[in-house]
Amino acid sequence: MILNKAYIIGAGETKYGELWEKSLRELAVEAGLKAVENAGIFSKEIEVLYGSNSLAGTINGQENIGSLISDFSGIAENNIPAIRIEASTASGGAAVRQAYLAVKSGEYDVVMVGGVEKMTDIYGSEIIDLTSSVLDREWEAFLGATPAALAAMSARKYMKDFNVPREALSMMSVNDHLNASRNPHAQYRNKITLEQAVNATPVAEPLNLMDCSPVSDGAAAVIVASEKYVKKNGIEGVEILSSAASQDYLAVHSRKSIYRLDSTVLAAREALGKAKLKLDNISFSEIHDSYSIYGLMELEDLGFAEKGKAKDLVYEEIKLNGRIPVNPSGGLKAKGNPFGATGVGQFVEAYTQLKGKAGERQVKSPEHALLHNMGGTGSTSVVHILGGVA
Amino acid sequence: MGELSRFWRESEHRYRLIGTKCGNCSVTYFPPRDICPKCHRESIGKMKPVQLQGKGEIISYTIVHDAPPRFIRQRPYFMALIKLDEGPTITGQIVDCDADEVDIGKRVRTVFRKVAEEGKSGIIEYGYKFVVDQ
Repeated sequence: MILNKAYIIGAGETKYGELWEKSLRELAVEAGLKAVENAGIFSKEIEVLYGSNSLAGTINGQENIGSLISDFSGIAENNIPAIRIEASTASGGAAVRQAYLAVKSGEYDVVMVGGVEKMTDIYGSEIIDLTSSVLDREWEAFLGATPAALAAMSARKYMKDFNVPREALSMMSVNDHLNASRNPHAQYRNKITLEQAVNATPVAEPLNLMDCSPVSDGAAAVIVASEKYVKKNGIEGVEILSSAASQDYLAVHSRKSIYRLDSTVLAAREALGKAKLKLDNISFSEIHDSYSIYGLMELEDLGFAEKGKAKDLVYEEIKLNGRIPVNPSGGLKAKGNPFGATGVGQFVEAYTQLKGKAGERQVKSPEHALLHNMGGTGSTSVVHILGGVA
Repeated sequence: MGELSRFWRESEHRYRLIGTKCGNCSVTYFPPRDICPKCHRESIGKMKPVQLQGKGEIISYTIVHDAPPRFIRQRPYFMALIKLDEGPTITGQIVDCDADEVDIGKRVRTVFRKVAEEGKSGIIEYGYKFVVDQ
């Protein structure tokens, strides 16, 4: 089965943060325009647009996101299909995967993916209710569970069963903040100490504020193109070597384990297999650490450590100059987590890194990147492997 | 947050803890399902309502401080994952206890309680919560 190859040929993103002065549509257009400029293409060359978004219907009262992005990107009269992809916090990875499949199938040569989330248009605790819509509303959220509460229950059991100290969780956040301090697009560019991370205000015990990704506004966009297009135009793209997605039960209480993410295990195995690579070949990873505990669970479920052993990686190995650099962007904790943009933003980081243009957070001579984007508490996982510059 | 029918239609499950049992493999599920994820089409038409006793043990728990508007007045509150004696694990609050009474492995049982209310004039939502078995 020889199919077309797919390349990222351009990427752009807004700053992540509390961007009071910018609207949902302005964020999407800003990121899209940067990606188009970065790719050096004309917007009329785009054949399909996949918009990635999770919560605009409830936060901003706006659905029909595909049309919104297409319209205000000025390409309404190009009349191309513009569809929104939704898989909660994995929307971004899922949308790039659709672009990858569209190019791989041979149907299209130039596809745009734009991920956006505008979360600060809701004040106070209302956002906790809205983000709880990525859970099972009737049998988790209805009873008082929140995303943080479910992550916290995984954390408590995990820490007890594997004798993992609280500090190990905090080290994920310390690493994220350190990397984000070198990323101008990150929401939080302040470094934090282990002591600060351990002693922060409780959110859902044992997790505290420094274990939890923030409420973020932001947008990210990439252009995916076929081998034919790349060769014809002499463009240096970054190849998407493989793409895999997997699903698990929606609610944590229905899963086989509360601290093993089967969707991540399966998607990672499939993505590495399809790329014919091993973890030893991965130069750096961007992982979906919406909560610090997920960072540890994911390192294990991606295959970097046995279950319960990620604590041995979080102090040194995951550092920017460590053996397995994790989240050079600053990750979800510090770069930020604008749901629909998060997964696309991972591609922006990987593209920038693999092109060698990440400045002071540049991973040394990277060859391959692993991107892990997860929906909700682990019901969806999307894993991509990106290759060297072609 | 929703129309009355959204809550009313789940009443028997939330008030009386009615789950389903697969007539093909005999596995019990809660919340109720129309299709058994193990037996697939073999289970169609064989998923029967089953009364659960509401007794089980705490798999894990948390104390929630950052709560959505419906639960703000209850914070901080215990949420737990509870493995019921009939097999399924369910999510629910633990109430009427001191902090040191709650732990992984503790036995609990369901009680019928007000879960939340939709403002002063909105509907009152009821359902199951858990208390620690002494």
